[in-house]
Amino acid sequence: MTGILPPDERVLAAPIDLNNTGHYLHWGVVQLSVANLVVIGLMVVVFVAALLLPFPRGRGRR
Amino acid sequence: MSRSPRVTAADPYSATDGGWTGAMRRRAVGALPPEKLLPDGQPAYMASWIYVLGVLSVAALIVVIVSGGLLALKGPAWWTGSATGLYINSLHLWSVELFMFFMVIHLWGKFFMAAWRGRRATTWITGTVLFLGSVGTAFTGYLVQQNFDSQWTAGQARDGLNAVGIGAYFNTFDFGQMLMWHSVLLPFVLILLTAWHLLLVRRRGIVPPIDATDPAGQPPPAAAEASAHHRDEEQ
Repeated sequence: MTGILPPDERVLAAPIDLNNTGHYLHWGVVQLSVANLVVIGLMVVVFVAALLLPFPRGRGRR
Repeated sequence: MSRSPRVTAADPYSATDGGWTGAMRRRAVGALPPEKLLPDGQPAYMASWIYVLGVLSVAALIVVIVSGGLLALKGPAWWTGSATGLYINSLHLWSVELFMFFMVIHLWGKFFMAAWRGRRATTWITGTVLFLGSVGTAFTGYLVQQNFDSQWTAGQARDGLNAVGIGAYFNTFDFGQMLMWHSVLLPFVLILLTAWHLLLVRRRGIVPPIDATDPAGQPPPAAAEASAHHRDEEQ
């Protein structure tokens, strides 16, 4: 799909162009897409947040 | 038709006979009595987001199964050619992404909690096998997209499978075979493993924190269970 989107559809379009080739990082034999690296980073952030954020206490918990 | 004299309607669980159905019932109720299967309270140390991520994994899996069921019912022409089909196809993809996302964080948390302590090894093993099985199921999902991505993945996977000698049994270019693995065989195994994992969590309970001490001065539940298990093995 190509072409310029009208303004109202542009708001709903993906913030990243998904119709082109992805970006890759290389370390020797290791090849990793930027998208996967971002997801791994998000997982680490959510994991750390899950450990550090206080858990709401309900009533009647023993 | 005569009824066994020891099986009564008033107390069906106290029977000592009743054939294989009675034996199975006694064993099931013994392992998972109703108050354990559907408890109305949990220990204080369950107040952790790590358990929420486990529940989110199950929630995502339900969306995966429902959206995958719709795709299976309507067929490839629908999921590649209609707007609604593409939407459900995307819903299936993104629910899988979230399923893997939540499951991996849950697995990290359980690893650092050493959640296999206190006779919980089978709970840990079913969880890790569930993770590995999900990876395999996702791979077969790539193969049934019917696009260039699918074709490329099939070519790469075929080389690897041929290299280990199972290419004759697992043909990544056979769309029908891959669709059956993806929509019937592997989901069946994953659903069974999920049910087993959840029932084990109910049976053994969640793992206490490392070096936890009971406020009443008793040893922590994990240590008590482990020592009881050790005594059982010595006898």
